[in-house]
Amino acid sequence: MSVAYVDAIREAQDHLLREDPRVFLYGQDISHFGGAFKATKGLAEAYPGRVLDSPISEDSMIGMAVGAALEGMRPIVEMQFADFSSIAFNQIVNQAGTHFYRTGVPVPLTVRLPSGGTPGSGPFHSQSMEAIYSHYPGLVVVTPATVADAYHMLIQAVSVDDPVIYCEHKFLYRWLKSSGIEGDGLPLGAARITRPGKHATIVTYSAMVHEAVRAADRMQEEGGWEIEVVDLRTVKPLDMDTVLASVARTGRLLALGEAFPWGGVTAEVVSRVSSEGFHLLDAPPKRFNSRDTPVPYHPKLWAAHRPTPETICLAMRELLSY
Amino acid sequence: MLEARQLETKLASLYKAGKIVGGVYLGKGQEAVSASLGGCLEWGRDIFAPLIRDQGGRSAFGEPIIDCTRTYLGSAEGPMRGRDGNIHRGRPTSGLPAMISHLGASVSVVSGMLLARRIKGELDGVVGATSIGDGGTSTGAFHEGLNAAAVEKLPLVVAVANNQFAYSTPNERQFACDDLLDRARGYGVEGHDVDGTDFLACLRTMAEAVDRARQGRGPQMVVARLLRLSGHGEHDDASYVPETVRSGPYGRDCMDIAAAQMVESGYADETEIESWREAVTDEVQRALATAQREPDPNPWDERWEARSTNLLTVTDP
Repeated sequence: MSVAYVDAIREAQDHLLREDPRVFLYGQDISHFGGAFKATKGLAEAYPGRVLDSPISEDSMIGMAVGAALEGMRPIVEMQFADFSSIAFNQIVNQAGTHFYRTGVPVPLTVRLPSGGTPGSGPFHSQSMEAIYSHYPGLVVVTPATVADAYHMLIQAVSVDDPVIYCEHKFLYRWLKSSGIEGDGLPLGAARITRPGKHATIVTYSAMVHEAVRAADRMQEEGGWEIEVVDLRTVKPLDMDTVLASVARTGRLLALGEAFPWGGVTAEVVSRVSSEGFHLLDAPPKRFNSRDTPVPYHPKLWAAHRPTPETICLAMRELLSY
Repeated sequence: MLEARQLETKLASLYKAGKIVGGVYLGKGQEAVSASLGGCLEWGRDIFAPLIRDQGGRSAFGEPIIDCTRTYLGSAEGPMRGRDGNIHRGRPTSGLPAMISHLGASVSVVSGMLLARRIKGELDGVVGATSIGDGGTSTGAFHEGLNAAAVEKLPLVVAVANNQFAYSTPNERQFACDDLLDRARGYGVEGHDVDGTDFLACLRTMAEAVDRARQGRGPQMVVARLLRLSGHGEHDDASYVPETVRSGPYGRDCMDIAAAQMVESGYADETEIESWREAVTDEVQRALATAQREPDPNPWDERWEARSTNLLTVTDP
């Protein structure tokens, strides 16, 4: 059996709807149409009245989810694209994010953000929003990179009492397949050593995990370099224990991400390693992100906008030559 | 209404005396609208998401006034424990959500609470209500929320207090339709117009709107015409309100009208009204004294954590 990343997301929602009467799904085109990416295909028929089409109203979608969570439900909201969650920004960061601290009452809701670039998607269907939401207190931000994580982390996200921003990568939807969804039992907030190594550490997340592994394989073939790849899995909160332990082994850090370069997850990783693990470093820590422009439409421009195995290798050679 | 007016008059004095930090936002002149809405709702069954001029509605719905004094005075014993202040308070698991400052945001929250009750099969006979002003109807959140509630045909009542000014901005710089009530038709919801200074008219209109929502006729929008008889907050002298408007029909004080209506209808005489006044004055004094005696929040004991969960304990259920 072969399971694609998007199928794992669908299966997780099927499981949640079956097992937990508090769960319902709300989003644009998600009921009988099955969602823009078919992540909810067939669920409206299987669970009548619990998979609801929303108007094109991202703000009210999250407001509704907050209200439902207050009444004991576990809503999962599908944003059609992560980019459109900017319309829901206020409800996410000010309504949901502040709620537990202000009132002592948590709002358990999960927002699914179809994130990241694919060829031809252009500036408004390609964005990575994890850094924006991580900046605000009160939210959990997860970025699954594997089929098993897509499944288990969605189930775990819904079990959490806090609002969870679940960033699923569109590039992985159909391209990433696995023989099954069996996981390795990691808790939600733990990073994973995806590929062990000893000469340098790449800390990354989401689709860039796969690009990092490709780059690491090339570096191995090219010069026998053994590059460790750490998949953060959850970017808020950060699993610094795993990151620092890896840097302690290798002495060199590249923080890699697909998001825009100003600030963000990679800046946070470099900043924390520099202040908490400066003594572990044998070289200045590096960051590598997409370029500081909107995500371009044309596949050739897009491929040069985001980090690729080739450009990651360039960064790695610089890091290793210090 | 009496309790709200007395309480808010005291809060204004405390603010001017420097005893309250931050803002004080009064519902002066809007008590009839707010209290008549809150009075039509039942604590424990219905939902009410008040906005900044809803002390009347909060009291009528059943929020204890100690919640108000504790939150304004920053008591660690209050529902917000000093983490949020003034009108940003609630009892979210008792049908009283705590507002955020972003206008219109509560419309969808109440709708989500109602939607949840529907999914759980607990919506029968329930109404959810929220308040907003003329300025708040210009927000995207208001539009999205009311539209979504209408699509779901939820038993939602939105009370719009058109108090002529959003902070300092008059109606003509806020919207271009003839009347805010026109918007109800656009959303496909039933609209109700009322003179917000007329207590009995407010009671009748709110009762009608709440009943219709309870009967399953979908969202109801009530537009009450009135004037805010204070500044936006107590820091604001409202000098932008022209004298002609102040002395016009919207400038009437709903408290005076309500008292006259009580007497005229034979519901109460002047002596009884005076005794109510004395009773609420005592209650307000007690609530303020209690909150003033209570400890401030202690930064050293504060749990500086905005999430309730330690994620490293979260594995598959």
